[in-house]
Amino acid sequence: MLAIYLNVVVQGVLTGLLYGLMALGLSAIFGVVRVVNFAHGEFAVVAMYAAFVLFRVYGIDPMWAMLPIAVAFFVIGYALQHTVIDAFVGRPDHEQFILLVGLAIVITNGLLLVFGPDAQPANLPYAFDSVMVGPLIIDEVRVYAAVAALAVCAALFAFFRFTRTGTAIRACADNLVGAAVVGLNVRRLYALTFGLGLACVGAAGALMITIADAVPSLGPAYTLLAFTIVIVGGLGSMTGALVGGLLIGVSEALAGFLVAPSMKSMFSFALLIAVLVLRPQGLLGKKPA
Amino acid sequence: MKALWGEMNGRGRVVLAVAVLLLLLAPTVATRYLVSVLTLIFYFVYVGQAWNLMMGYAGQLSLGHALYVGVGGYVSAALWVHFGIGPWLGVFPAVLLAASFGAAIGWLGFRFGIEGVYFALLTIAFAEFTRIGFDHIDVVGGAGGLFIPYEEARLGEWWNLRGGQLFFYYLAFGLAAIAVLVTALLARSRLGYQWRAVREDEAAARALGIDAFRAKMKAILISSAMTAVGGVFYAFYYNSLFPAQMFEMSRSIELILGPIVGGLGTVFGPVIGAFLLTPLGEILIGVTEALGINAPGAKAVFFGLTLMVIIYLVPTGVWPWLSKTLGLTGRRS
Repeated sequence: MLAIYLNVVVQGVLTGLLYGLMALGLSAIFGVVRVVNFAHGEFAVVAMYAAFVLFRVYGIDPMWAMLPIAVAFFVIGYALQHTVIDAFVGRPDHEQFILLVGLAIVITNGLLLVFGPDAQPANLPYAFDSVMVGPLIIDEVRVYAAVAALAVCAALFAFFRFTRTGTAIRACADNLVGAAVVGLNVRRLYALTFGLGLACVGAAGALMITIADAVPSLGPAYTLLAFTIVIVGGLGSMTGALVGGLLIGVSEALAGFLVAPSMKSMFSFALLIAVLVLRPQGLLGKKPA
Repeated sequence: MKALWGEMNGRGRVVLAVAVLLLLLAPTVATRYLVSVLTLIFYFVYVGQAWNLMMGYAGQLSLGHALYVGVGGYVSAALWVHFGIGPWLGVFPAVLLAASFGAAIGWLGFRFGIEGVYFALLTIAFAEFTRIGFDHIDVVGGAGGLFIPYEEARLGEWWNLRGGQLFFYYLAFGLAAIAVLVTALLARSRLGYQWRAVREDEAAARALGIDAFRAKMKAILISSAMTAVGGVFYAFYYNSLFPAQMFEMSRSIELILGPIVGGLGTVFGPVIGAFLLTPLGEILIGVTEALGINAPGAKAVFFGLTLMVIIYLVPTGVWPWLSKTLGLTGRRS
């Protein structure tokens, strides 16, 4: 009996890492640019379709397709921030919200136009392979996807921690005026950050196709999921996003197993409400000054 | 009425009076289709105005107003279907329950200092939580939906909201008119000024002795109660309710677009917004059909693009710009 629970938890952890990577992008964008990307999940779905097409048409494995997709998303994010969103930085929440919701509507329905409303499975050849670890039976593809997600996270952490540009971006997040005073090109750093955030979600989406079918209507659901994770973990805290992803992944897996799969996100929202009430800054967030 | 008149100068009053008269007479000449579009517009004026009170005046961003529409609609419809209790009575428990939800969200949010984006997410979380919950409540049909049966014999029982198209047209018009009046009154009331003070600078408002918590609670209570009445209308107008359709986040978004596009924190912004956006949606359907690209999604793509363009060009909304250009408010030079 314990083995079943363990299996469920492990599966939740592996899925949670993908969620975490997706949420990491959202967290980075909000933490630095202070714009809430309400089209985040929609971008993840675009990446899913990109990986789907690359695999179906060119036979490129999503684990590899992840890299060009992440690069393409970086370019899209950089351009988007530079051309449109930059004008909205510092404007009221609801204005940013309408802009990005408009974008989300365009993306979701654009996908609907191109790919139709039906779910598109990638049908990877190794989708049903599994490994046995003691009493655990683990899907191989989830392991690969989780490892890849961890690798991307590690790369991002290293970038923010050890490079000059990464440090500069953190300076913008910490003290915008100070950053501008010492001569940082804030506008460029914002565009870079938005690009990096989208690269995260691009990579996460590409990996997501290995465990979920691509459907246009997934977009809003993923946006909400990413928000839930980021709030639970702490907006602006990158470790928090990962921890939140794991928590939500495990809670979804357990709720799906113990109660009903259709009610699993209810538990995520309950968790979100509880965290907002008890610790509004999130589990790992800093208290707002 | 005086509060409403006070919003406008002479020219504005003439335009308003003519517009109201035209709308009252419209069904005599308009086609059934046009009447149904106008009914929808009035509905969006009404719920948009309810949301505008909370966001536009008190500055509290709610992205979960579909919750109150859904609760209002479901309670009144369930009472009617299961117990034969008519909507004029059913509206009271419906409003009560929706306002309790509002009170719970408001209390949690305002008491614990959850603000801005965080508060918006709290409202979304509650709406989504309720949506999934309703999927699993069998009394109201679960995910399969709740239907108000169509009974020929009851047609014309206006006291049970079983009227024809004209009945709903004037009902929606009445609701919209009341909402505009209420907003105009509240905007000029003590509470309205407290709301604006809290919206602009809560710390400063508190320093002036305004009980910000109370003011914000009143905003969410009034707003959620008003929105629930809109839900009752919706339920009896469309006669079918699905959790996915009532509580979904896209419904909350749909409801707030009008006020934002029209102009937040203004009496006529939500009106203008609804009169712009609802026909826009209808026109887009027509245009995509005429161009032969009427695939699912085509209309929504244009809709999303339009939203982005509007918020990019006139971020404070169309009404402030329009009223200034046409000289409808303020002193004329």
